[in-house]
Amino acid sequence: MAILEAKNIGIQFGGLKAVDKFNLEIFENEIVGLIGPNGAGKTTTFNMLTGVYQPTSGDIFVEEESILGLKPNQTVSKGLARTFQNIRLFGELSVIDNIKIAFQKNMSYSILSGILKTPKYWTEERIADQKARELLDIFDMEHLAGVTAKNLPYGRQRKLEIARALATDPKVLMLDEPAAGMNPQETRELMDTISFIKDKFDVSILLIEHDMNLVMGICERIVVLNYGVLLAQGTPEEIRNNPQVIKAYLGE
Amino acid sequence: MEKFIQQLINGLHVGSIYALIALGYTMVYGIIQLINFAHGDILMIGAFSAYFLIGSGIPIWLVIIISVLLCVLVGVIIEKFAYKPLREAPRISALITAIAVSLFLENLFMVLFKPDPRPFPQTWDIPSLNIGGLQIEGITIVTIVISVILMIALEIFVNKTKNGKAMKATSQDAQASTLMGININKTISVTFAIGSGLAAVGGILYSMAYPLIDPYMGMMPGLKAFVAAVLGGIGIIPGAMLGGVVMGIAESMTKSYISSQLSDAVVFGILIIVLLVKPSGIFGKNTREKV
Repeated sequence: MAILEAKNIGIQFGGLKAVDKFNLEIFENEIVGLIGPNGAGKTTTFNMLTGVYQPTSGDIFVEEESILGLKPNQTVSKGLARTFQNIRLFGELSVIDNIKIAFQKNMSYSILSGILKTPKYWTEERIADQKARELLDIFDMEHLAGVTAKNLPYGRQRKLEIARALATDPKVLMLDEPAAGMNPQETRELMDTISFIKDKFDVSILLIEHDMNLVMGICERIVVLNYGVLLAQGTPEEIRNNPQVIKAYLGE
Repeated sequence: MEKFIQQLINGLHVGSIYALIALGYTMVYGIIQLINFAHGDILMIGAFSAYFLIGSGIPIWLVIIISVLLCVLVGVIIEKFAYKPLREAPRISALITAIAVSLFLENLFMVLFKPDPRPFPQTWDIPSLNIGGLQIEGITIVTIVISVILMIALEIFVNKTKNGKAMKATSQDAQASTLMGININKTISVTFAIGSGLAAVGGILYSMAYPLIDPYMGMMPGLKAFVAAVLGGIGIIPGAMLGGVVMGIAESMTKSYISSQLSDAVVFGILIIVLLVKPSGIFGKNTREKV
């Protein structure tokens, strides 16, 4: 059974079909790469899957339940989490608060008990704090918990964004160009981190990436988009040798 | 010296009221970048509600609670019906709507309750304090104490609870917040609710200090509180608190040392000077545009 499935989804902006009749299936605990030339519709696809855009055609399922029409915060509770191409942390907040914000869907105390500081408030806040620290510890950032997020070095900001997405306890983690702006050394570390996350958190990962070493190195399956349509899909080996993919990337 | 301290205390009195009202402006601006011009009228509604409730003989603490709840309700309804449909619209449309809501509320209250000023009942009899020849009125102490308590509570709420953090996150990046599972609509409602509740308290305290109420009474304190919010750095909560107190003290000092007619001119003059020196306000961060 596919955890996340997009059936024939498409979206039109005015006269432009940004994505058309696109199909995607993500199965349990796999890493799938979504690649394609610039402007192929990769981030648009992410936006449709997470409810930022509503597809103009097709349907999206999480564990066979349609999530079409849900708002982004509702897709989060269905188990989708993402990072952004250009980092979008809550820069003015501390590292640990960034994580705790993503825990909110599991915190149920009311505004009133927040104001009155009832026992429920203390318990839930303590649990959130503890979980956030555990998560930071996994990413070797626990000592940075109190630091303001915008003051972190670039690589750590990327990591924090991934950690924040994981804090929502997703079934599918969607990474939008996680290696953008990283040097080869950092990219190698990132690859280890992603593989580690997949095993440790038992999630499926869908990632958009231009760095072919990363994509070929860790993805079990690759989906290629070109001009909004599915061009090819298969194992890294198949994609590497697919003449159409080579043509789309390199021209004739 | 005695006069100076006396004026300082008077300034703190009216300043803390400005601060309470300014918080509503600054929080709403922080979260949806809207100058909610109807905020001053919420204060008026709070005052009218208290006027009628006191008239019906309800104890003052209950009067405050009911008025706060009423204003919370009005604030949330205004947001839902007037501002929410315009959330994706250009900011100027929302701004004009806010002015319209303000005019609507003022005229509605004129129709309902006549434009004539009404004396606000002085039911809360608090003994004044006498420290070393210094006469501090009871209401002054009560106002300052209530304001300080509310401001501390707000700071704790915003920084230590999930709803407060959701507000901060939404004000920084609304879309990223919703993709982390935060319900933005609810967060915005909470913001309006808190701002309106504080305005209700501000309105009641203001009416106790200047005991004459009418449907237009919200305009001047509303404007001054807005200036206070800008002075402190709009969108920044401690900025609104400081801005309010600065405005109040400047006002009472001008009234007693220069001229009572010049007090508004001096207050707005301070705003002009601060904005010339530091355009983003006292606590505002300088946002440099990247090329």
